[in-house]
Amino acid sequence: MADEIILLDLWASMLGMRVRVALAEKGLKYEYREQDLRNKSPLLLEMNPVHKKIPVLIHNGKPICESLIIVQYIDEVWYNKSPLLPSDPYQRAQARFWADYTDKLYELGKQLWLAKGEEQETAKKGFMECLKLLEGELGDKPYFGGENFGFLDVALVSFSCWFFAYESFGNFSVEAECPKLVAWSKRCMEKESVSSSLEDPLKIHGFVIMMRKELGVE
Amino acid sequence: MGEEVKLFRSWSSPFALRIVWALEIKGIEYEAVFEDLSNKSPLLLQYNPVHKKVPILVHNGRPIAESFVILEYIDETWKQVPLLPEDPYERAMARFWAKFCDDKVLTSIWSAFIKQGKEQEEALVAAAENLKFLEKEMKGKKFFGGERIGYVDIVLGWLANLVSIFEEIVGLKIVDERKFPLLYSWMQDFAEAPIIRDNCPPRDKMIVKFKALLDAAIASSSSSSK
Repeated sequence: MADEIILLDLWASMLGMRVRVALAEKGLKYEYREQDLRNKSPLLLEMNPVHKKIPVLIHNGKPICESLIIVQYIDEVWYNKSPLLPSDPYQRAQARFWADYTDKLYELGKQLWLAKGEEQETAKKGFMECLKLLEGELGDKPYFGGENFGFLDVALVSFSCWFFAYESFGNFSVEAECPKLVAWSKRCMEKESVSSSLEDPLKIHGFVIMMRKELGVE
Repeated sequence: MGEEVKLFRSWSSPFALRIVWALEIKGIEYEAVFEDLSNKSPLLLQYNPVHKKVPILVHNGRPIAESFVILEYIDETWKQVPLLPEDPYERAMARFWAKFCDDKVLTSIWSAFIKQGKEQEEALVAAAENLKFLEKEMKGKKFFGGERIGYVDIVLGWLANLVSIFEEIVGLKIVDERKFPLLYSWMQDFAEAPIIRDNCPPRDKMIVKFKALLDAAIASSSSSSK
């Protein structure tokens, strides 16, 4: 029986992109359904009644929500291709710990383009602190997963297409502060699964301009 | 076998208590290292430099932090009495509910306890909405894990002993038996399970601690000009 996979997503969401990268890594065919979060579809509300958010993966009719939970699910079901989590429990724990940590970038990043003045400065400091710690964790490895692209790489890489937008509104340079991380993101973009899943940073920048207008931020 | 398992905890941290319960349920021998969180040891800061918090599990000298991460590590390393289900979909559901418990249930109930006035009212409404989802999830089950205590029960376990303490201190009903009968009876079953009952911080000490936290919160909110 062929698997039926549907992804409810928003094109600009870096959380949704995590799932797209994971699906591509596993070579899985799926139906992408763009969601309008200002006018939520009955399917979204039915499949994620608790949070009413994207991404939602629907596998043979059953929904899975929360991006990192979805990525782990994909890794566990399609375990014989491109494993994302390592097999050693301690290394798995480290990957999970840091993947969880990357979630901080989501809220901090929002403040970079939503907030102003002191609030924005605080968010900028926090954001760069996070990136620096993550860069430390990468060290001299080609990927966070070591020789191979893994779970933590999936968790973080989608933020890289948002860097340009963050830098513009936050007025800073990721490359100046974390050159190794930028080099890592370029290395990841050489992978088909990543380049086909991430969005153009200019388009993301345009998206943020539109969101700021909508939310009444000057 | 030279297994060395240490758990850095505090006497009251509900997050560290999750790890105590998991280790006890699996019958794993460990050494508890009690931290004074107002005066963190160099070892704690060395083992968890990112968050500087408890719990930290140190297994044969290697540290793991963050309670969810530690629970999964324990489950993968010591396979007896599994905490997470085997089926990937059921595992994803368990992870989902655990995250919901911390992100939504814990934060709304904590706000309902620590805030005053309108903020408290709003928190109580949010808490009730969140509890409704849990109540629905409990249908037909004794524990979230099914017949026996599992991952989600351990993550939510603080509800079983802390909520009645909060309710006693603020004089408000947070988990109403009539509105949440399944959740209420889960709270009783969980608290009465021998391993849980034998591994809970003393109630009177908890009341003193949380009353002091509430007093401090009230004092700081009335002294700030709003």
